[in-house]
Amino acid sequence: MEKIIVIFFSVVLINNFVLSRFLGLCPFLGVSRESGAALSMGLAVTFVMTMASIVTWFFYYFFLVPYQLEFLQTIVFILVIATFVQFVEMVMAKTSPALQEALGIYLPLITTNCAVLGVSLLNVREGYSLIETTVNGFGGGLGFTVAILLMANIRERLEFCDIPECMKGFPISFIVTSMLAFSFFGFQGFFSK
Amino acid sequence: MGFLFRSGEIFIKGVWRENPTFRLVLGMCPSLAISTSVVNGFGMGMAATFVLLGSNIMVSLVRNFTPSKARIPIFIIIISTFVTIVELFTEAFTPGLHKALGIFIPLIVVNCIILARAEIFASREPILYSIADALGMGVGFTLALMLISAIREVLGNGTILGRPIFGPDYDPAIVMILAPGAFLTMGLLIGLMNYITRKR
Repeated sequence: MEKIIVIFFSVVLINNFVLSRFLGLCPFLGVSRESGAALSMGLAVTFVMTMASIVTWFFYYFFLVPYQLEFLQTIVFILVIATFVQFVEMVMAKTSPALQEALGIYLPLITTNCAVLGVSLLNVREGYSLIETTVNGFGGGLGFTVAILLMANIRERLEFCDIPECMKGFPISFIVTSMLAFSFFGFQGFFSK
Repeated sequence: MGFLFRSGEIFIKGVWRENPTFRLVLGMCPSLAISTSVVNGFGMGMAATFVLLGSNIMVSLVRNFTPSKARIPIFIIIISTFVTIVELFTEAFTPGLHKALGIFIPLIVVNCIILARAEIFASREPILYSIADALGMGVGFTLALMLISAIREVLGNGTILGRPIFGPDYDPAIVMILAPGAFLTMGLLIGLMNYITRKR
Protein backbone atom coordinates (compact mmCIF):
# COMPACT_ATOMS: atom_id res chain seq x y z
CA MET A 1 0.00 0.00 0.00
CA GLU A 2 2.77 2.40 0.93
CA LYS A 3 4.50 1.81 -2.39
CA ILE A 4 1.30 2.68 -4.28
CA ILE A 5 0.96 6.00 -2.45
CA VAL A 6 4.60 6.82 -3.16
CA ILE A 7 4.15 5.99 -6.86
CA PHE A 8 1.03 8.15 -7.05
CA PHE A 9 2.48 11.30 -5.46
CA SER A 10 5.82 11.00 -7.16
CA VAL A 11 4.27 10.70 -10.62
CA VAL A 12 1.84 13.59 -10.06
CA LEU A 13 4.19 16.07 -8.40
CA ILE A 14 7.86 15.07 -8.30
CA ASN A 15 8.36 13.25 -11.59
CA ASN A 16 5.61 15.15 -13.36
CA PHE A 17 5.38 13.83 -16.93
CA VAL A 18 5.51 17.25 -18.55
CA LEU A 19 7.66 19.30 -16.23
CA SER A 20 10.37 16.84 -15.28
CA ARG A 21 10.19 13.93 -17.76
CA PHE A 22 9.55 15.99 -20.92
CA LEU A 23 6.73 13.77 -22.14
CA GLY A 24 3.59 15.09 -23.84
CA LEU A 25 4.97 18.52 -24.68
CA CYS A 26 3.16 18.87 -28.02
CA PRO A 27 -0.38 18.95 -26.56
CA PHE A 28 0.95 20.84 -23.52
CA LEU A 29 2.11 23.71 -25.72
CA GLY A 30 -0.52 23.32 -28.43
CA VAL A 31 -3.75 23.18 -26.44
CA SER A 32 -2.90 25.43 -23.47
CA ARG A 33 -4.17 28.66 -24.99
CA GLU A 34 -7.49 28.54 -23.18
CA SER A 35 -8.35 26.81 -19.89
CA GLY A 36 -11.61 25.11 -21.02
CA ALA A 37 -9.90 23.31 -23.86
CA ALA A 38 -6.93 22.54 -21.61
CA LEU A 39 -9.19 20.83 -19.07
CA SER A 40 -10.86 18.69 -21.78
CA MET A 41 -7.46 17.71 -23.14
CA GLY A 42 -6.22 16.87 -19.63
CA LEU A 43 -9.22 14.66 -18.92
CA ALA A 44 -8.96 12.90 -22.28
CA VAL A 45 -5.25 12.23 -21.73
CA THR A 46 -5.87 10.96 -18.17
CA PHE A 47 -8.50 8.52 -19.41
CA VAL A 48 -6.40 7.24 -22.31
CA MET A 49 -3.23 6.99 -20.20
CA THR A 50 -4.97 4.94 -17.50
CA MET A 51 -6.64 2.58 -19.95
CA ALA A 52 -3.60 2.29 -22.24
CA SER A 53 -1.43 1.37 -19.24
CA ILE A 54 -3.78 -1.45 -18.34
CA VAL A 55 -4.27 -2.72 -21.91
CA THR A 56 -0.55 -2.69 -22.76
CA TRP A 57 0.23 -4.41 -19.44
CA PHE A 58 -2.05 -7.32 -20.40
CA PHE A 59 -0.59 -7.46 -23.90
CA TYR A 60 2.94 -7.48 -22.55
CA TYR A 61 2.56 -10.17 -19.88
CA PHE A 62 0.02 -12.42 -21.64
CA PHE A 63 1.17 -12.13 -25.23
CA LEU A 64 4.73 -10.85 -25.61
CA VAL A 65 6.40 -12.54 -22.63
CA PRO A 66 5.04 -16.11 -23.15
CA TYR A 67 6.13 -16.08 -26.80
CA GLN A 68 9.43 -14.28 -26.04
CA LEU A 69 8.56 -11.38 -28.33
CA GLU A 70 9.61 -8.58 -25.95
CA PHE A 71 11.71 -6.95 -28.66
CA LEU A 72 8.50 -6.18 -30.57
CA GLN A 73 7.12 -4.07 -27.72
CA THR A 74 7.47 -0.72 -29.51
CA ILE A 75 5.49 -1.85 -32.56
CA VAL A 76 2.86 -3.74 -30.55
CA PHE A 77 2.35 -0.93 -28.00
CA ILE A 78 1.86 1.82 -30.59
CA LEU A 79 -0.60 -0.35 -32.53
CA VAL A 80 -2.52 -1.25 -29.37
CA ILE A 81 -2.71 2.42 -28.36
CA ALA A 82 -3.81 3.58 -31.83
CA THR A 83 -6.47 0.87 -32.01
CA PHE A 84 -7.64 1.61 -28.49
CA VAL A 85 -8.02 5.35 -29.17
CA GLN A 86 -9.99 4.58 -32.35
CA PHE A 87 -12.20 2.17 -30.39
CA VAL A 88 -12.86 4.72 -27.62
CA GLU A 89 -13.84 7.27 -30.24
CA MET A 90 -16.31 4.86 -31.82
CA VAL A 91 -17.85 3.89 -28.47
CA MET A 92 -18.17 7.55 -27.47
CA ALA A 93 -19.82 8.49 -30.77
CA LYS A 94 -22.42 5.74 -30.15
CA THR A 95 -23.06 6.20 -26.43
CA SER A 96 -22.44 9.83 -25.46
CA PRO A 97 -22.26 12.28 -28.35
CA ALA A 98 -21.97 15.22 -25.92
CA LEU A 99 -18.74 13.88 -24.44
CA GLN A 100 -17.47 13.08 -27.91
CA GLU A 101 -18.16 16.66 -28.98
CA ALA A 102 -16.14 17.97 -26.03
CA LEU A 103 -13.16 15.65 -26.54
CA GLY A 104 -13.66 14.94 -30.24
CA ILE A 105 -10.78 16.72 -31.89
CA TYR A 106 -8.33 15.88 -29.12
CA LEU A 107 -8.78 12.11 -29.14
CA PRO A 108 -6.99 11.32 -32.44
CA LEU A 109 -4.13 13.62 -31.39
CA ILE A 110 -3.59 11.53 -28.27
CA THR A 111 -2.33 8.58 -30.33
CA THR A 112 0.87 10.49 -31.08
CA ASN A 113 1.15 11.88 -27.54
CA CYS A 114 4.42 10.53 -26.24
CA ALA A 115 3.14 10.53 -22.63
CA VAL A 116 0.81 7.62 -23.48
CA LEU A 117 3.45 5.42 -25.12
CA GLY A 118 5.95 6.66 -22.51
CA VAL A 119 3.87 5.55 -19.53
CA SER A 120 3.32 2.10 -21.10
CA LEU A 121 7.06 1.65 -21.65
CA LEU A 122 7.95 2.93 -18.18
CA ASN A 123 5.48 0.54 -16.51
CA VAL A 124 7.12 -2.42 -18.19
CA ARG A 125 10.64 -1.14 -17.52
CA GLU A 126 9.92 -0.64 -13.81
CA GLY A 127 8.30 -4.08 -13.62
CA TYR A 128 5.11 -2.72 -12.02
CA SER A 129 2.21 -4.98 -11.02
CA LEU A 130 -1.25 -4.38 -12.48
CA ILE A 131 -2.37 -2.13 -9.58
CA GLU A 132 0.87 -0.13 -9.66
CA THR A 133 0.55 0.22 -13.45
CA THR A 134 -3.00 1.57 -13.14
CA VAL A 135 -1.97 4.05 -10.42
CA ASN A 136 1.04 5.16 -12.46
CA GLY A 137 -1.08 5.72 -15.58
CA PHE A 138 -3.81 7.58 -13.72
CA GLY A 139 -1.34 9.68 -11.71
CA GLY A 140 0.62 10.51 -14.85
CA GLY A 141 -2.56 11.77 -16.52
CA LEU A 142 -3.51 13.76 -13.43
CA GLY A 143 -0.05 15.36 -13.34
CA PHE A 144 -0.45 16.27 -17.01
CA THR A 145 -3.85 17.86 -16.27
CA VAL A 146 -2.42 19.89 -13.38
CA ALA A 147 0.46 21.15 -15.52
CA ILE A 148 -1.65 22.02 -18.58
CA LEU A 149 -4.29 23.81 -16.44
CA LEU A 150 -1.64 25.93 -14.68
CA MET A 151 -0.07 26.72 -18.04
CA ALA A 152 -3.43 27.68 -19.63
CA ASN A 153 -4.27 30.06 -16.80
CA ILE A 154 -0.86 31.74 -17.00
CA ARG A 155 -1.12 32.06 -20.77
CA GLU A 156 -4.57 33.65 -20.52
CA ARG A 157 -2.97 36.40 -18.45
CA LEU A 158 0.05 36.66 -20.72
CA GLU A 159 -2.31 37.81 -23.48
CA PHE A 160 -2.42 41.22 -21.80
CA CYS A 161 1.32 41.52 -21.20
CA ASP A 162 3.69 43.56 -23.29
CA ILE A 163 6.11 40.90 -24.63
CA PRO A 164 8.86 41.66 -27.19
CA GLU A 165 7.68 40.68 -30.67
CA CYS A 166 10.26 37.90 -31.20
CA MET A 167 9.45 36.24 -27.84
CA LYS A 168 5.69 35.91 -28.48
CA GLY A 169 4.19 32.43 -28.79
CA PHE A 170 6.53 29.49 -28.26
CA PRO A 171 9.56 31.27 -26.70
CA ILE A 172 7.63 32.86 -23.84
CA SER A 173 5.68 29.60 -23.29
CA PHE A 174 8.97 27.74 -22.85
CA ILE A 175 10.24 30.31 -20.37
CA VAL A 176 7.00 30.11 -18.36
CA THR A 177 7.31 26.29 -18.41
CA SER A 178 10.85 26.67 -17.11
CA MET A 179 9.56 28.68 -14.13
CA LEU A 180 6.82 26.08 -13.53
CA ALA A 181 9.38 23.26 -13.60
CA PHE A 182 11.47 25.25 -11.15
CA SER A 183 8.61 25.64 -8.69
CA PHE A 184 7.77 21.93 -8.95
CA PHE A 185 11.29 21.27 -7.65
CA GLY A 186 9.88 22.34 -4.30
CA PHE A 187 8.06 18.99 -4.08
CA GLN A 188 11.27 17.00 -4.26
CA GLY A 189 11.78 17.08 -0.51
CA PHE A 190 8.47 15.22 -0.08
CA PHE A 191 9.78 11.68 0.28
CA SER A 192 13.38 12.25 1.28
CA LYS A 193 14.34 10.40 4.39
CA MET B 1 20.85 18.26 -63.65
CA GLY B 2 17.70 20.01 -62.55
CA PHE B 3 16.74 17.31 -60.07
CA LEU B 4 20.14 17.47 -58.34
CA PHE B 5 19.74 21.22 -57.89
CA ARG B 6 16.24 20.77 -56.47
CA SER B 7 17.48 18.02 -54.07
CA GLY B 8 20.15 20.40 -52.78
CA GLU B 9 17.54 23.08 -52.29
CA ILE B 10 15.31 20.68 -50.31
CA PHE B 11 18.27 19.65 -48.16
CA ILE B 12 19.24 23.25 -47.30
CA LYS B 13 15.62 24.11 -46.53
CA GLY B 14 15.46 21.33 -43.90
CA VAL B 15 18.69 22.45 -42.25
CA TRP B 16 17.95 26.16 -42.02
CA ARG B 17 14.73 27.76 -43.24
CA GLU B 18 12.44 24.97 -42.04
CA ASN B 19 14.65 23.69 -39.22
CA PRO B 20 12.44 21.12 -37.46
CA THR B 21 13.36 22.23 -33.95
CA PHE B 22 13.61 25.99 -34.14
CA ARG B 23 11.31 26.89 -37.05
CA LEU B 24 8.66 24.13 -37.09
CA VAL B 25 8.86 23.47 -33.29
CA LEU B 26 8.42 19.71 -33.79
CA GLY B 27 9.96 16.83 -31.82
CA MET B 28 10.25 18.81 -28.62
CA CYS B 29 10.24 15.96 -26.12
CA PRO B 30 13.53 14.30 -27.17
CA SER B 31 15.19 17.66 -27.93
CA LEU B 32 14.67 18.75 -24.35
CA ALA B 33 15.04 15.45 -22.54
CA ILE B 34 18.33 14.15 -23.88
CA SER B 35 20.22 17.40 -24.58
CA THR B 36 22.23 17.15 -21.36
CA SER B 37 25.51 16.39 -23.15
CA VAL B 38 26.74 16.83 -26.72
CA VAL B 39 27.35 13.08 -27.12
CA ASN B 40 23.74 12.28 -26.24
CA GLY B 41 22.48 15.02 -28.55
CA PHE B 42 24.54 13.68 -31.45
CA GLY B 43 23.45 10.07 -30.80
CA MET B 44 19.78 11.02 -30.68
CA GLY B 45 20.13 13.12 -33.84
CA MET B 46 21.76 10.22 -35.72
CA ALA B 47 19.12 7.73 -34.53
CA ALA B 48 16.31 10.04 -35.62
CA THR B 49 18.03 10.73 -38.97
CA PHE B 50 18.29 6.99 -39.69
CA VAL B 51 14.60 6.43 -38.89
CA LEU B 52 13.64 9.47 -40.94
CA LEU B 53 15.66 8.26 -43.92
CA GLY B 54 14.26 4.73 -43.75
CA SER B 55 10.66 5.80 -43.29
CA ASN B 56 10.82 8.50 -45.98
CA ILE B 57 12.22 5.99 -48.51
CA MET B 58 9.62 3.33 -47.65
CA VAL B 59 6.69 5.75 -47.58
CA SER B 60 7.77 7.26 -50.89
CA LEU B 61 8.09 3.79 -52.46
CA VAL B 62 4.60 2.69 -51.45
CA ARG B 63 2.93 6.09 -51.94
CA ASN B 64 1.10 5.09 -55.13
CA PHE B 65 -0.67 2.09 -53.60
CA THR B 66 -1.32 3.37 -50.09
CA PRO B 67 -5.08 3.81 -49.58
CA SER B 68 -5.51 7.33 -48.17
CA LYS B 69 -7.83 6.16 -45.37
CA ALA B 70 -5.34 3.65 -43.99
CA ARG B 71 -2.25 5.76 -44.51
CA ILE B 72 -1.56 6.79 -40.89
CA PRO B 73 -1.46 3.18 -39.52
CA ILE B 74 0.74 2.18 -42.46
CA PHE B 75 3.14 5.05 -41.75
CA ILE B 76 3.23 4.16 -38.05
CA ILE B 77 4.10 0.52 -38.77
CA ILE B 78 6.87 1.54 -41.18
CA ILE B 79 8.29 4.03 -38.64
CA SER B 80 8.14 1.64 -35.69
CA THR B 81 9.92 -1.05 -37.71
CA PHE B 82 12.88 1.27 -38.26
CA VAL B 83 12.77 2.39 -34.61
CA THR B 84 13.01 -1.24 -33.50
CA ILE B 85 16.05 -1.68 -35.76
CA VAL B 86 17.71 1.37 -34.16
CA GLU B 87 16.81 0.15 -30.68
CA LEU B 88 18.36 -3.29 -31.16
CA PHE B 89 21.38 -1.82 -32.96
CA THR B 90 22.23 0.69 -30.23
CA GLU B 91 21.67 -1.92 -27.53
CA ALA B 92 24.18 -4.22 -29.21
CA PHE B 93 26.87 -1.77 -30.34
CA THR B 94 26.61 1.33 -28.13
CA PRO B 95 25.18 0.16 -24.79
CA GLY B 96 26.25 3.36 -23.00
CA LEU B 97 24.27 5.54 -25.39
CA HIS B 98 21.33 3.12 -25.24
CA LYS B 99 21.24 3.50 -21.47
CA ALA B 100 21.61 7.31 -21.55
CA LEU B 101 18.80 7.79 -24.07
CA GLY B 102 16.52 5.35 -22.21
CA ILE B 103 12.87 5.33 -23.26
CA PHE B 104 13.50 8.13 -25.74
CA ILE B 105 14.75 5.61 -28.34
CA PRO B 106 11.42 3.74 -28.56
CA LEU B 107 9.69 7.12 -28.30
CA ILE B 108 11.16 8.12 -31.70
CA VAL B 109 7.99 6.39 -33.00
CA VAL B 110 5.85 9.26 -31.77
CA ASN B 111 8.35 11.98 -32.70
CA CYS B 112 6.17 14.35 -34.70
CA ILE B 113 8.98 15.24 -37.14
CA ILE B 114 8.99 11.76 -38.66
CA LEU B 115 5.23 11.34 -39.05
CA ALA B 116 4.94 14.93 -40.29
CA ARG B 117 7.59 14.39 -43.00
CA ALA B 118 5.91 11.12 -44.07
CA GLU B 119 2.53 12.82 -44.30
CA ILE B 120 3.56 16.20 -45.77
CA PHE B 121 6.50 15.22 -47.97
CA ALA B 122 7.33 11.57 -48.62
CA SER B 123 3.76 10.46 -49.41
CA ARG B 124 3.63 12.96 -52.30
CA GLU B 125 7.14 13.26 -53.71
CA PRO B 126 9.44 10.86 -55.63
CA ILE B 127 12.09 8.90 -53.79
CA LEU B 128 15.13 11.09 -54.55
CA TYR B 129 13.51 14.23 -53.15
CA SER B 130 12.28 12.26 -50.14
CA ILE B 131 15.86 11.20 -49.39
CA ALA B 132 17.02 14.82 -49.67
CA ASP B 133 14.20 15.91 -47.37
CA ALA B 134 15.02 13.20 -44.79
CA LEU B 135 18.72 14.09 -44.80
CA GLY B 136 18.01 17.82 -44.56
CA MET B 137 15.54 17.44 -41.71
CA GLY B 138 17.78 14.90 -39.96
CA VAL B 139 20.88 17.09 -40.19
CA GLY B 140 18.85 20.14 -39.10
CA PHE B 141 17.54 18.21 -36.09
CA THR B 142 21.01 16.88 -35.20
CA LEU B 143 22.61 20.34 -35.41
CA ALA B 144 19.83 21.87 -33.30
CA LEU B 145 20.23 19.13 -30.68
CA MET B 146 24.00 19.62 -30.60
CA LEU B 147 23.62 23.39 -30.18
CA ILE B 148 21.18 23.03 -27.28
CA SER B 149 23.21 20.32 -25.60
CA ALA B 150 26.48 22.26 -26.04
CA ILE B 151 24.98 25.25 -24.22
CA ARG B 152 23.58 23.06 -21.45
CA GLU B 153 26.74 20.98 -21.05
CA VAL B 154 29.03 24.02 -20.89
CA LEU B 155 26.91 25.97 -18.41
CA GLY B 156 25.54 23.08 -16.38
CA ASN B 157 28.58 20.85 -16.18
CA GLY B 158 31.52 23.07 -17.18
CA THR B 159 32.62 20.57 -19.85
CA ILE B 160 32.41 20.13 -23.60
CA LEU B 161 32.40 16.54 -24.94
CA GLY B 162 33.30 15.48 -21.40
CA ARG B 163 36.44 17.68 -21.14
CA PRO B 164 36.53 20.48 -18.55
CA ILE B 165 36.98 23.92 -20.11
CA PHE B 166 36.79 26.38 -17.25
CA GLY B 167 39.41 25.02 -14.85
CA PRO B 168 38.82 23.82 -11.30
CA ASP B 169 37.40 27.12 -9.96
CA TYR B 170 34.26 27.02 -12.08
CA ASP B 171 31.12 26.29 -10.11
CA PRO B 172 28.66 24.72 -12.60
CA ALA B 173 25.06 25.93 -12.69
CA ILE B 174 23.51 22.50 -12.17
CA VAL B 175 20.03 23.81 -12.93
CA MET B 176 20.99 23.99 -16.63
CA ILE B 177 21.21 20.21 -16.94
CA LEU B 178 17.95 19.76 -15.02
CA ALA B 179 14.46 20.29 -16.46
CA PRO B 180 14.10 24.11 -15.99
CA GLY B 181 17.39 24.78 -17.79
CA ALA B 182 16.19 22.78 -20.80
CA PHE B 183 12.99 24.81 -21.15
CA LEU B 184 14.86 28.09 -20.63
CA THR B 185 17.54 27.30 -23.25
CA MET B 186 14.91 26.25 -25.77
CA GLY B 187 12.77 29.37 -25.21
CA LEU B 188 15.71 31.75 -25.54
CA LEU B 189 17.07 29.98 -28.64
CA ILE B 190 13.71 30.05 -30.48
CA GLY B 191 13.38 33.72 -29.51
CA LEU B 192 16.85 34.41 -30.88
CA MET B 193 16.04 32.58 -34.15
CA ASN B 194 12.89 34.69 -34.52
CA TYR B 195 14.91 37.85 -33.89
CA ILE B 196 17.57 36.96 -36.49
CA THR B 197 15.14 35.94 -39.23
CA ARG B 198 12.86 38.94 -38.67
CA LYS B 199 15.68 41.44 -39.08
CA ARG B 200 16.55 40.27 -42.60
